[in-house]
Amino acid sequence: MGPFLRDAWLVAERDLRIEARSRVVLHQVVPFSVLVLVLFGFALDADHRTLRTFAPGLFWVAVLLSALLAVQRSAALDRADGTDTALRMSGLSPVALFLGRATAVFVQVVALQVVLVGGLLVLYDVAVEDPLLLVVAGLVAGVAVAAAGTLYGALASGLGVRETLLPILLLPVLAPVLIGATRAFDDALGAAAVDGWSWTGLLAVAALVLTVVGASAHGALVED
Amino acid sequence: MVELRAAVALLGRFPALSGVDLSVDAGETVLVRGPNGAGKTTLLRLCAGLVRPESGSATVLGHDLGDGADRRAVRRRVALLGHGAALYDDLTVGENLRFWARAAGLSSGSGPDGVDQRVAGALDRLAVPERLVDQRAAVLSQGQRRRVALAALVVRRPDLWLMDEPHAGLDQAGRDVVDGLVAEAVAAGGTVVVSSHELERVAALSPRVVTLAGGRVVDGRAGGGAT
Amino acid sequence: MGTTTGTAAGTRDTTGSPRSRLLGVVTLLAVAVLGVLAFVLTDPDVRIHPTTGEEFGQFDAVRMLYVHVPLAVMTYLAYGICAVASVGVLVKRTPWWDVTAHAAAEVGTVFCGLVLVTGSIWGRPVWNTWWEWGDVRLMTTLVLFLMFTGYLALRRTTDDPRRQARRAAVVALVAVLDIPLVNRSVEWWENRTLHQRSTIGELKIEDLTLFTLFFGFVTAGLVLAWLLLHRFRVGWLEQAALDHGVAAAIAERHAETDDAEVLRSVGERAAGEGTSGDGEPGS
Repeated sequence: MGPFLRDAWLVAERDLRIEARSRVVLHQVVPFSVLVLVLFGFALDADHRTLRTFAPGLFWVAVLLSALLAVQRSAALDRADGTDTALRMSGLSPVALFLGRATAVFVQVVALQVVLVGGLLVLYDVAVEDPLLLVVAGLVAGVAVAAAGTLYGALASGLGVRETLLPILLLPVLAPVLIGATRAFDDALGAAAVDGWSWTGLLAVAALVLTVVGASAHGALVED
Repeated sequence: MVELRAAVALLGRFPALSGVDLSVDAGETVLVRGPNGAGKTTLLRLCAGLVRPESGSATVLGHDLGDGADRRAVRRRVALLGHGAALYDDLTVGENLRFWARAAGLSSGSGPDGVDQRVAGALDRLAVPERLVDQRAAVLSQGQRRRVALAALVVRRPDLWLMDEPHAGLDQAGRDVVDGLVAEAVAAGGTVVVSSHELERVAALSPRVVTLAGGRVVDGRAGGGAT
Repeated sequence: MGTTTGTAAGTRDTTGSPRSRLLGVVTLLAVAVLGVLAFVLTDPDVRIHPTTGEEFGQFDAVRMLYVHVPLAVMTYLAYGICAVASVGVLVKRTPWWDVTAHAAAEVGTVFCGLVLVTGSIWGRPVWNTWWEWGDVRLMTTLVLFLMFTGYLALRRTTDDPRRQARRAAVVALVAVLDIPLVNRSVEWWENRTLHQRSTIGELKIEDLTLFTLFFGFVTAGLVLAWLLLHRFRVGWLEQAALDHGVAAAIAERHAETDDAEVLRSVGERAAGEGTSGDGEPGS
């Protein structure tokens, strides 16, 4: 287990270091996600009351769309300059590779959420009623998004049509995450009277299933 | 070392190798040559355990390449210098080399067998200037990338070297470094298979030349002292 | 391996066989009989309210259910076959499983599309809406349909066949494992389902109604079997063509060897380099 976690961390550290240097997610994906919030504002032609009502759903749609870009960026790292071949030659376990990549995507998705929550507070004038629920639901949903995203990013990688294929493969799978996370945020932001914690439980099951399936299926995708 | 019998390998649906017979002994250096599209790259990728033999038999380092677990075992013991340098542009040269060394399972300790020592040794061996180590890989020239790529492979101390066009994009000094590396690997008991268009240069290194065409060996299939 | 060897279907130029033709005739007859049963012989669903004496029920719309419900069940069956075959692809790695998975997914998606369309047409008079957000089965089926649309899109990409088989298998398995989650989430979401208000149990049950529904299942099952069989054979023929193509390509590549240019380059070496003494010149 020791060397295994070490390998996973090796990959996560690599991806995060590359992001820290290149700042592609920070400079391109984060502004995009805020832009989506602004566009919703324009499209709904809304007063604050409407926006507050729909804030949780708009938030998670923005997260999913931005996560798509982050996933594509993550998968692109190991396509250039023969790095994919070198990874296969290295003997690094596919499971460790998956967990490492997913961890890096998770960190980026959580960072996106932090910025977007700020966007909700400022642009949509929402109030956080249950901060703990907000944080826990956000983290758990982040795991689910990162796991599914990493698996499908690897899957679409190496296909000429990956940019167009990834969304139609990934987004339907994330439908339960979108529903669950939106309900949990409904509760946490006081937008609707639902039990956010039981929704977080559902999110946890989704996160677990997607992580286990992703880790075990990853080998079938990257091996010969 | 390498034992191929009527080996067929597909690239998608295209038989890049259409029945290769080749045997390479331990400590031998072999030059593979042939026109573009002859299957040189696929031959090296097959030997590296990256491509599954579709039919025929293929054994490398005592492992049967028809078996998935064996292919994985082969990959760990083989160094393949491909067309790409496998460098992450946003990491420094040193970070790249340490990443690949640790990915290959080397311990990060600082002893003589630790990653840092081995990386330093390899950079020295490939004559990569000290000032480049902390530079991002993106700023390297083509030739420098190639040297760093070779250094990453030297770190792993492979049993079998597979080099696809190692001289491409290198200056005179770089070519000499590659030649020295090959000679050294052979002297250390290693086996080297090189694909190249630089006939004269490699001919000096390699007593054995194999010609590939149409996905199979058309000349030189019985190697020096083989079976 | 084994993909370079010939296949049983390799010489056939049609996907039909005497038995599958018989199956086809039986299937078409069953469809015709079902049509007569559902649209002519059975009565519309008309009930009288016990106190007010008003007529209510699904009226003629109920006829759609004789098609809709069996199709829905067969959709899930087809996707189930696809999931099992996908496991087979990942474990056994033989083309047979892959062709089966592909066939089941494709036929299943056609069925799934029909389920959505027939359900929508039925829902218009009965629920007074073409589409009902928050209905568990409707939403689950829609998400399933979307996931397998992605699956079929992936199938259309030009990729190494073996890698494509594995990628597709992973997508199918994720889709099937995700479905319980979708189902759960939608159920909690609105905590209501229109389907429950209109299950078969509430219909005025007559012998003929029940028989027609049962016959609908048999018919949908026959259609599924018939389409699957032919779709599988098409896939198998494609596989055979692929193998044949590889064999031909190998022969073609061998012909390249005799190319004058190659011989000249070999000759060049023999003449120009004295160092290589162990080859077999001219072989």
